[in-house]
Amino acid sequence: MGTDAIAVRQLWKYYGDYPALREITLDIAQGSCCALLGRNGAGKTTLLRILAGLSPYQQGEVNLFGQSPRGRGARRTAGFLGHGIGVYEDLTATENLAFFARVHGLSDVSATVARWLKRVGLERVAKMPVRQFSRGMRQRLALARAFQHAPQVLLLDEPFTSLDDKAIAMLSELLTEARLRGATIVLSTHQLREALAIASDVALIENGKLRYSGERTPEMLSDPALLYRLHTELGAD
Amino acid sequence: MNSFRQIWTVAAKDLAIEVRTKESINAAGAFSIAILLIFSFAFDPFSDSMHEFAGGLLWIAFAFAGALIFNRGFARELPNECLDALLSSPLSASSLVLGKALANFVMLIAVELISLFVFGIFYNINWVKHPWALAGTLALATWGIAVLGSVFGAMTVNLRLRELMLPVIIYPLLIPLLIGAIEFTTILLGVEPIASSDWLWPKLLLLYDVVFTAVSILLSDTILVN
Repeated sequence: MGTDAIAVRQLWKYYGDYPALREITLDIAQGSCCALLGRNGAGKTTLLRILAGLSPYQQGEVNLFGQSPRGRGARRTAGFLGHGIGVYEDLTATENLAFFARVHGLSDVSATVARWLKRVGLERVAKMPVRQFSRGMRQRLALARAFQHAPQVLLLDEPFTSLDDKAIAMLSELLTEARLRGATIVLSTHQLREALAIASDVALIENGKLRYSGERTPEMLSDPALLYRLHTELGAD
Repeated sequence: MNSFRQIWTVAAKDLAIEVRTKESINAAGAFSIAILLIFSFAFDPFSDSMHEFAGGLLWIAFAFAGALIFNRGFARELPNECLDALLSSPLSASSLVLGKALANFVMLIAVELISLFVFGIFYNINWVKHPWALAGTLALATWGIAVLGSVFGAMTVNLRLRELMLPVIIYPLLIPLLIGAIEFTTILLGVEPIASSDWLWPKLLLLYDVVFTAVSILLSDTILVN
């Protein structure tokens, strides 16, 4: 743990007149893994999209390593995996990874792509268009796309949702490796057990408000619903 | 990665997809040829006055065909939320828009070249009298159409009725460019020699290109993210 990788101050985000995020203040230390928890519509995706520089906000301040999320330096250090897999159906696995490697300015594109295709077990279908891939293969390609540039900040929106067993194991492995090299991880999820097992910190959002932020305690791990019972108006229902 | 490489990376990706699917080229090419074919029945291709309409016919076909290409440009980024993956990467929004414009430019030029051959056959017009001047006019006007189509393609990408909205928005803005392109192409395809005052038209096209390329660089981030 060290200095803050992500600093959010007094953040307000509106969709029209509706405040999707209300005065969020949150610090996430470098090298930590923060599980962003909350029910549907709580504001988790909105916060992640703001951190990824994909959504503007009306009030407050957001910094990734001291820079605005839209700054090129911040985007160079970040890796974002949203609800979509972010790869092109009409390109092959190799072409997809090579394209995003070039976009990220990686130096040895061919070697990086070959290494990641092998890593996610897609080397035998490297020349096949993604349109012909199974769901599991697409998910593994998406993981390679998000991780291949070794991002210092990983922003993952519901990363475990609709993953098959192989992809869940691969994602857990990649997240562990990312933490070992000092990357900061923010992941939103409904799957409390998986998230709390790898998280060092927890942030709970309800109706756009930050209800709790702090370290993940052993009590939370043994009773995942504890946070909801203690810190939300509706309890654990 | 410098901006030119970023622009080329985006353009090469779009062109690779287009070479594989041919969805824009086939539609735009067929549409352009159909327009020229229909007009060939409306006018007498062997009349002397045909030279006066030639530029207008060509650029109407090119501009309408262009809309089919531009509609696909950013729509290609919507499946699997590829646009989010791009906007959260170090790629600048202006490089993304200009990369799209470059890919659209190449596709539209291909459609124009095919259409010119068809035009020469249907309308009995020798379009290679001033090959370099015609190539320059095509390049300048097509870049203007491509960059405007890409900027507004980015603006309308999330609209439900983007296929309808994009032409409605861009055609009025294309009027100055199309006037310049039509006037100079008509001169190039005509029987009269080119007068020195005629070179005002390519200058107008160049000015239009510079203005809208600058606008796309300045406004891309606002358009795509805000």
